[in-house]
Amino acid sequence: MGAHRWPAASSGDESIDGSVPNYLNNNFPGSSRPGTKIMKITATEKTDAKELELIARTVRLHIVQMVGVGQRGHLGGSCSIADVVTALYFSKMRHDPSNPSWPDRDRFLLSKGHAALVQYAALAECGYFPKDELKTTKRFGSILQGHPDLKSTPGVEANTGSLGQGLSIACGIAAGLRIDGRSSRVYCVIGDGELAEGQIWEAAMAASAFKLDRLVVILDHNGLQAMGPIVQRFNTSPLPEKWRAFGWHVSEINGHDMAAILNALDEADGIKGQPKIIIARTIKGAGIPFAENRVEFHNGLMDAAQYEAACELFGSGRTKN
Amino acid sequence: MKTQNPREVYGRTLVELGRENPNVVVLEADLGKSTMSCYFEQTFPERFFEMGIAEANMTSFAAGLSLTGKIPFTNSFAVFAAGRAFDQIRQGICIPGLKVRIVGSSCGLSDFGDGSTHQSVEDVAIMRAIPNMTVLVPADGNETRTMTRALADYPGPVYMRITRNDLPDVMPESEPFVAGKPHLIRQGSDIVVYANGQMVSLALEAAETLAGEGISLRVVNVSSMKPVNKNELAAFADGMNGVVTAEEHSLIGGLASLVSEVLQGRSVAMKSIGIKDCFGQSAHSYEDLLQAYELTPSHIAAAARQLR
Repeated sequence: MGAHRWPAASSGDESIDGSVPNYLNNNFPGSSRPGTKIMKITATEKTDAKELELIARTVRLHIVQMVGVGQRGHLGGSCSIADVVTALYFSKMRHDPSNPSWPDRDRFLLSKGHAALVQYAALAECGYFPKDELKTTKRFGSILQGHPDLKSTPGVEANTGSLGQGLSIACGIAAGLRIDGRSSRVYCVIGDGELAEGQIWEAAMAASAFKLDRLVVILDHNGLQAMGPIVQRFNTSPLPEKWRAFGWHVSEINGHDMAAILNALDEADGIKGQPKIIIARTIKGAGIPFAENRVEFHNGLMDAAQYEAACELFGSGRTKN
Repeated sequence: MKTQNPREVYGRTLVELGRENPNVVVLEADLGKSTMSCYFEQTFPERFFEMGIAEANMTSFAAGLSLTGKIPFTNSFAVFAAGRAFDQIRQGICIPGLKVRIVGSSCGLSDFGDGSTHQSVEDVAIMRAIPNMTVLVPADGNETRTMTRALADYPGPVYMRITRNDLPDVMPESEPFVAGKPHLIRQGSDIVVYANGQMVSLALEAAETLAGEGISLRVVNVSSMKPVNKNELAAFADGMNGVVTAEEHSLIGGLASLVSEVLQGRSVAMKSIGIKDCFGQSAHSYEDLLQAYELTPSHIAAAARQLR
């Protein structure tokens, strides 16, 4: 029953918890990058908002470089959630890049799996795999598939991208962790276009029915689905009212305000007995002026001039501080 | 001949597994008194999840449970377990090869009263087509028990279809489950019948009838549809005058397809008993449906006579 398909991915692991080989111990990249201090990411070490903003620029630079010139990539939806993902991986979550299968880790699931680029950028920066791997994203044989694949990529927790399913998987993980008495939290990013999937609401009911209070969902509310503005194409509003009616604790933040993100994540820890959703108002393509709020950059391509401009933006920003 | 109800056996066996293995968890979509997951619920309520009538979420939720080391069994009617949750099975379970057990109950036409919406004619075909998937069709209560027990340790995702009605024992109680192994149920020298599920016992009835006519039928139980040991399967056709397949499933994608795939290149005549690319319908008795859809011992016998 070999579930393993990609020749370049070295995991032959068949373990049931989705663990991946621990080949990263000697490859931790934190010290190689000036201006930040990502030496390790543990439960005790926090990174402040200013530092996180800096890291988010690096994450966006990786996203831009993974897309490259003349190739299609999910630039918009990756950048819209880049600040939240950065806050989770570099401050909020308890995890250990040298031990991706640590049983007590917090879990991160990207239900809107098409934004895989942002997760790959974060995982590489954390040290789950060498940053050089990012250059192979979506190439034949790469450990970095077009959508998150847990057997291919260290640090990926589930196979997501068929929209609507990641939230249900996150619920199941939360239920399993509760049976085991672990304190791990489960963070799941969903998209606002994804809310049209009926399974999201099945999962929303289940999380509430089972009182899965270790589950924290962040809704990347960028307002654009692939074909245009959500309110025009398939209106899923009103959002906070719907989630409250489904029994969730709801908070709303600016998804690009790092301090607000951290506050909302911290606040979620204190709410017991129900699942929590943070509705993060975001800008699709955030941080890249020519891509911001532009539906064509949902899965768009950059010409050489755009690519250089974007790299310059984040590259120079990274070294200035 | 002793008969047992496979879903009853399944439900009791789940409880055994629950006792032996704390990681076994059971999910149900509001059909617990039909699938018989109700026994597990009564015994291990803390490891039982009533998921409501929401098969898609149940299936992905099970994927999540397996990612924490649990061994989830999801339960519904076969038509919903395999059909409604197809994409959830494919994407979240089979691509990463998770140890989730999808159990499709009331398979084939066995939910006779409920009609086409509740009868599964294509579940094996769609499950068999998914890479990484194991597909099991137990022939009786004994095999249902050995297969269910084996699923606690078996690697990767599994789909198992279970019928609603009582079946006579055709497999020995002690026969261990071996993935891929076709089982010789009755030795014969003229025609081989490859069957699975309840069609195995119907093929044995046909063999009795034909024995009186001087036709010797060999009956093989192909309960492990995927994986399947192709060499062993093909060897049962050696020296035979013809091959019959018998399944309570569409002729497209199930056992008829499997045997055709395995025997391709051989010059042996073949006839297939199965559902002819159509949906089921309601009836007051299961027997009426089996007669109408030509799934009886006499249909198997007629096919064999033509190949003699």
